Parts: sequence; C-alpha cells; structure tokens
Amino acid sequence: MRATVTVMLKSGVLDPQGEAVRHALGAMGFGGVEGVRQGKVIELDLAEGTTEDQVTEMCEKLLANTVIESYRIDMGA
Amino acid sequence: MKAAVLQFPGSNCDRDMAVALRRAGADVTIVWHKETDLPPGTDLVAVPGGFSFGDYLRCGAIAARSPISAALIAHAERGGFVLGVCNGLQVLTETGLLPGALMRNAGLKFVCKTVPLIVATEDSPFTQNLSKGDTLHLPIAHHDGNYFADPETLARLKGEDRIAFRYAENPNGSVDDIAGLLSENRRVLGLMPHPERAVDPAHGGTDGQAIFRSLVTQLTDA
Repeated sequence: MRATVTVMLKSGVLDPQGEAVRHALGAMGFGGVEGVRQGKVIELDLAEGTTEDQVTEMCEKLLANTVIESYRIDMGA
Repeated sequence: MKAAVLQFPGSNCDRDMAVALRRAGADVTIVWHKETDLPPGTDLVAVPGGFSFGDYLRCGAIAARSPISAALIAHAERGGFVLGVCNGLQVLTETGLLPGALMRNAGLKFVCKTVPLIVATEDSPFTQNLSKGDTLHLPIAHHDGNYFADPETLARLKGEDRIAFRYAENPNGSVDDIAGLLSENRRVLGLMPHPERAVDPAHGGTDGQAIFRSLVTQLTDA
C-alpha cells in the first residue's frame, strides 16, 4: 500500500521560493497568477496494515516540521 | 573543560570548532553521530556547521534524529552546555532544544560574507565577557538562515532576554534580526554566524574568540 504525504509551509509563513516562482511566471507573460506556494510530496510504500495514525506519527516526528509546515496524508490503495 | 564536537556525514566545520575550543583551553573529543553516548564528563556539546545528511528533507532534520542526538538532548535536559553554529543551530531547532525554525533566505541566495552582529544580552555563559550593544564581526555562510518563530514564541524570547545576537544589517530575512538565541536555562546557544571561523588573525578577524573564552572561563571556574 502507498501513502502520499504533502508538506506545505503554513499559511502565515512567507514562502520566498513560491514568491520567486510567481515572479518568474509573471515575467514569462503568464498573467493572473496571484499566489504560488511551493511544498513537497513524499510517497511512502508501506507494509499492509500500516495505519493512518502511524503515518501521522511519522509526519509529526520527522516528515514535517510543524513549527513552519502543515501536512496532509492521503492513504492510497 | 571537556567539550565534545559532534560529527555528522556532511559536517564541515567540526575541525574548525575543535581548533577554536582547544585554543580557548578546552579538552576536545570529536564524536561520530552513530555513537549513543557522549564521553564521560562532557561539559559542552558543540554542534558544528556544515550540511549534515546533505540537508535532505530539511536542514538538520536527519541529524536531529541521529543516535548521538538522543545523548545531546539528554545532556541539555540535565543542564549541560550546548553550542550550535549554523547547521548546528538548525539541528538544535529540529531537536526542539531551541524554538523556531530556519527557512530559506528571503533573498533565496546563499550568503557568504562577514557581517556585523550586535550583542543583545551579556547574561549568558557565552556572552558574559561581552557587553550588550557590542558589535562583533563574524562570517556567515548559509542558504537557510532565515529564522522564523511565531509571534508568541518571539514575545517569549524577548521577554526572557533570550536573543543573544542580532544582525546589524539583516542578511536573510530573520524575524527581529535574530542571529542567535538561548534556551530557557541560558545554557544552550545556537547562532547562524561562525565564531569558530574568526579566532585567528589569519582568518581575517578574531571576534569569535570572546564567545569561546567566555564559555571556557565559565566552565573552568565552575
């Protein structure tokens, strides 16, 4: 089974990389991009029976730094 | 004074740190990250600069979960002294020994230059030989030195006089110009600038010596 963890900077935290991407898109002529946030996706191949609670613990203890980041877990098939 | 300098894969200021501590009079052991114990009688643990584990996942994140880091946390929790520089500060925030986090520099560029720092408190074993308001010139060399703390944490740091150093000219976007901060018991200092790279005239400056001498004086008199 697979779980996908999406880690993003929290909404109140300035994302300088996302801002740089937004500026670049504007400079390339893509109008109307009002905001860009950059994060990361972590795919976990898990033994059958691994629970979402266990993945939550992985996020809390290592995969995300909850001082600045939020995370979302999608448990796949 | 017995000091242990931790060494992770990708550390690159470990030997500079050891040299700076020895010059100040410390007895120094370099400790590999797979060790589970610090040398007996360790007074100070120094977490050096570098790019531990290639900065994978987040700067300092993997190092903070290395076997030796459990011993580092236990050392700090029993009142031991800890100095983290650059990647060492990133490791200390990842362990939770210091609050906040280090983010990508606001200007997105790696910044490598000597910068002026203002001593923000002399009430610590690291800064007791300095005076509040003094200016030190120390090198910085980092891509992720943009210190972030939420408003409550920042208010607590200020209220408890735990900001040790501020940038005179903010090079990276750090909140409140913070360059270095102390733990609640004032025995853990983490800073982005490199005092160990300014302890010999050949380095271009010796302003870093004051921090190591303060520490060794404190621990030798204790």
